[in-house]
Amino acid sequence: MEVSALSGATFLQNLFNGLMFGGLYALLAVGYTMVYGILRLINFAHGDIMMMGVYFAFYASLMGSPLWLSIIIGVSGAAILGFLIDRIAYKPLRNAPRISALITAIGMSFFLESVAVVVFGAVPKSFTSVFNDNNKWIMDKTWNILDARIPVMTFLIFFVTAIIFLILFWIVYRTKIGMAMRAISSDIPTTSLMGINVDMVIGFTFALGSAMAAAGGIMWAMRYPNVFPYMGFMPGLKAFIAAVLGGIGSIPGAVVGGFLLGLLEIFLVALMPGAAGYRDAFAFIILIVILLIKPDGLLGKKSVVKV
Amino acid sequence: MKKFLLALVLVLSLVLFANIKVGVVLPMTGGIAAFGEMSWQGIELAHEMYPKVLGEQIDLVLVDNRSEKTEAANAVSRVIDKEKVVAIIGEVASAHSLAGGAVAERKHIPMLTSSSTNPLVTNRKKYVSRVCFIDPYQGAAAAIFAYKNLNAKKAAVFIDVEQDYSVGLANFFKKKFQELGGNYFIEFFKTGDQEFSAQLTDAINKNPDVLYITGYYPEISLFARQARMLGFKGPILAGDGAEAPELIKIGGDAVEGLYYTTHFHPKGAATDMTKVFVEKFKEKYGSEPGAMHALGFDAYLVLRKAIEMAGKADPKAIAKAIREVKNFPGATGMITINKNGDAEKSVVIDMVKNGEFTYVTTINPANY
Repeated sequence: MEVSALSGATFLQNLFNGLMFGGLYALLAVGYTMVYGILRLINFAHGDIMMMGVYFAFYASLMGSPLWLSIIIGVSGAAILGFLIDRIAYKPLRNAPRISALITAIGMSFFLESVAVVVFGAVPKSFTSVFNDNNKWIMDKTWNILDARIPVMTFLIFFVTAIIFLILFWIVYRTKIGMAMRAISSDIPTTSLMGINVDMVIGFTFALGSAMAAAGGIMWAMRYPNVFPYMGFMPGLKAFIAAVLGGIGSIPGAVVGGFLLGLLEIFLVALMPGAAGYRDAFAFIILIVILLIKPDGLLGKKSVVKV
Repeated sequence: MKKFLLALVLVLSLVLFANIKVGVVLPMTGGIAAFGEMSWQGIELAHEMYPKVLGEQIDLVLVDNRSEKTEAANAVSRVIDKEKVVAIIGEVASAHSLAGGAVAERKHIPMLTSSSTNPLVTNRKKYVSRVCFIDPYQGAAAAIFAYKNLNAKKAAVFIDVEQDYSVGLANFFKKKFQELGGNYFIEFFKTGDQEFSAQLTDAINKNPDVLYITGYYPEISLFARQARMLGFKGPILAGDGAEAPELIKIGGDAVEGLYYTTHFHPKGAATDMTKVFVEKFKEKYGSEPGAMHALGFDAYLVLRKAIEMAGKADPKAIAKAIREVKNFPGATGMITINKNGDAEKSVVIDMVKNGEFTYVTTINPANY
């Protein structure tokens, strides 16, 4: 396949394209990795919770709420949904083999997609209607930087990713509930003996992860305003790959993995335009290679399995 | 959605008192669900207006294929084996019609697609036909329009590697554009991709006069948005895969001025049936019909005409009769189906103007 050289401005343009795209993956991967870190559960419904969050925000604005309120409704709606999903679907399986929870997660993913098809309809909806003439510039405006055109969205995505990362860091390492989360991640039965309400903490983790999925989803829908019931499937899968790439369970790893995956995908297409049809396949190849060579990911800790 | 479910229930209950059963295989959910819904509205309207043939009731059995190739083949087998239909209307997308058409051909059940334009869909098949023109026509018309009307000398052609429709359309565009004296280069993408900035950055660096995007509306609208963000100011051209209201809703200002080749515009067609169709459509749905509605409508009418010509509800006779339909006045114009199973028609060019699909001109590629 033909490999093309990049000029300075093109390189810069693609760098920013990749960082924006990667930032979206990073936002999703953070929630993914957090649930895994606590429960060792690969929550395949993560992408679909993101989709639900986007729909909540979409319908809130359709009913006349301003942009900021729509975003809050989308994010908190997803958080409640995440909490309920944990209660209904995953909690009864806490002591079951891990594969049962995984299968339930896949089932939950299909369930959410089907519910969305029935409730919201299968025809794609446009997220642009969330914006009015006053704040539409957030979606459409671009800045010229050294001959590259950078959408304002790029910086917004960086900003949101950074804020979320800081909030998460603060919660996990500076609060009591964060301490409980870290304790649960190493040993659930012992933690519960310490008088900690394990189910409450896990529920909180799900709510937090789901809120982040919704935040990521709303950013995603601002860049790609095409909202439909299956919109979470591919991003969810890619976020999973990003989380594995960075080291699943590690929050900084998810951020690094997300940005890296986005950059790799964009530069694959930029350097080899003929390979554009294979970018998803390329992402899965990365997953396989990582699992073969460094299964703990780039920033992951070596896990010790107790026998 | 509610309407669709209701229709589904109605259709399923009708199945119990089957008379002449016709299968309808469409993408009612998934990536191109809007096309499925629009075609179904056209088919439903036609069925409401002409519910009978040979003195018997026609029953429609609608099956969704979730905009997937494999499901398209499954759905065709299902309506044939389980529902015992005598004919099938569908699919919308060429890739789906290729997958489903192979099954229909093997089982000797006639399939009439409303809007699959890839030549391979009917190629060397006896049972698969269509009521629309084929991509050599559409691609050539786009090339003629780009070269003559838009004065474009260099085109960037975007190909969706997953869609037979896109690959075919691009090939015929390239051939005609080069014949006329233009240059082109190719970029690739894939159905379901949402981030096209890498391809667009590459394309815009090569200074094309026009972008020719040969996909479906979800991708086209995102392409247009990102192309405008990256500073491309020239015209954007697309195929009939662009025509869905969602294109404008998702694309917003970015698709303003976008041109596309299509089958029908209420202002561009002129049979008596067009008037009746537009009137009845507005009455039933309260909006202007588009090409997908009209093609669905025509597919039903042509199939009904073929059953009438065959004189019995026998799949073999119907398949033969479909290819003998001559000068049938449909909503999209006079329909003559040739011996390959393709309709011969001219190509309509529309554009998005003030957020509406507006008629520009009609091109008959045979004249160039």
